[in-house]
Amino acid sequence: MTHQLPPLPYAFDALEPYIDTLTMQIHHGKHHAAYIANLNKAIAGTPFEEMPINELLARINEVPEEIRTAVRNNGGGHSNHTLFWAIMAPNAGGAPTGALASAIDATFGSFETFKEKLTAAAINRFGSGWAWLIVKPGGALEVISTPNQDSPIMTGDTPILGIDVWEHAYYLKYQNRRPEYVANFFNVINWAQVAANFAAAQR
Amino acid sequence: MAFELPPLPYPDTALEPAYSARTISFHHGKHHKAYVDNLNRLIAGTALEGKTLEEIIQLTVNDPGKAAIFNNAAQVWNHTFFWHSMKPGGGGQPSGPLAAQIVETFGSYEKFAEQFKAAAVGRFGSGWAWLVADGKALKIVTTPNAETPLTAGLRPLLTVDVWEHAYYLDYQNRRPDFVQAFLDQLVNWDFAAANWSK
Repeated sequence: MTHQLPPLPYAFDALEPYIDTLTMQIHHGKHHAAYIANLNKAIAGTPFEEMPINELLARINEVPEEIRTAVRNNGGGHSNHTLFWAIMAPNAGGAPTGALASAIDATFGSFETFKEKLTAAAINRFGSGWAWLIVKPGGALEVISTPNQDSPIMTGDTPILGIDVWEHAYYLKYQNRRPEYVANFFNVINWAQVAANFAAAQR
Repeated sequence: MAFELPPLPYPDTALEPAYSARTISFHHGKHHKAYVDNLNRLIAGTALEGKTLEEIIQLTVNDPGKAAIFNNAAQVWNHTFFWHSMKPGGGGQPSGPLAAQIVETFGSYEKFAEQFKAAAVGRFGSGWAWLVADGKALKIVTTPNAETPLTAGLRPLLTVDVWEHAYYLDYQNRRPDFVQAFLDQLVNWDFAAANWSK
């Protein structure tokens, strides 16, 4: 079965005023949908057609060279956006609680320091890309950024929170003001989902 | 002497409707300006202060410690070149020696346009598509992010910016429509022809 566009887990206008309706409609309905269509085209008729998306990314080096770039870009785009929709929610934001909060404090010193690090990673990514909170194979937390649609899964890490800093993620509302978009992104982070991702990554 | 944001070679409404004044106000007034300001800040008090833009680009390329300087310097150069690659009432076909060379290299103007569009649309992420002179030969190349053909010894004749900020307010996800409009309504063949005859 080929990959399909997952429905948005909330209404297109649910993240207003931080992320506007039109951006959500185009981002989900056009950009994400195009990554999936291009991914399906690239893997059609290959042994990778049935593979779950994140397994496909983890095994990107086994993908035949002639379709590897297409799978990396479009498969990465599919996985990254799927995570992105899930870790945002209306009436969200604030700070994490429980085991994730403790791990963030232990790793970064405080939630505020973590926030500064993720913000810097998001603002300083030159060109298109993502900033991430990842779980390393040993269980450690780290903030990183990746270019374009490269996924941390491709290098063996588990992303549990990601912020899209492609200009298409924010240009209609924020234009050149990426820092303002990043600051407002913290108002829509679904920490319950990030905590669930963290727990799953520990197993 | 610090670098300055070069003025647009035409009024900001001159490329309407293919390229809106609103897009230009951000693209030239904010993005291009920020590259100029960042560059000035980054080189102030360093050995690079006082060098030309081209010198700074060549001196910092592929130096991971100077990536920010390279990125801003190259983006200043690329954007200035981009503004000149468009003109009011532009688009259509080239004429003269460059037109003849395009036909010789690509087979026809239509084949050139097809390849140029495919290159611009196919550049994944942020970047640029270029028509360049490689010695006496014409080539279509693309570069990611701030990179420029200058550092590969190629001579740019024409460029289109395919960072999303170049077209998102007017075309959103429809990059192919923007590149088509660039070719049909914006491209400044006089500029490309002058670069070719240099």
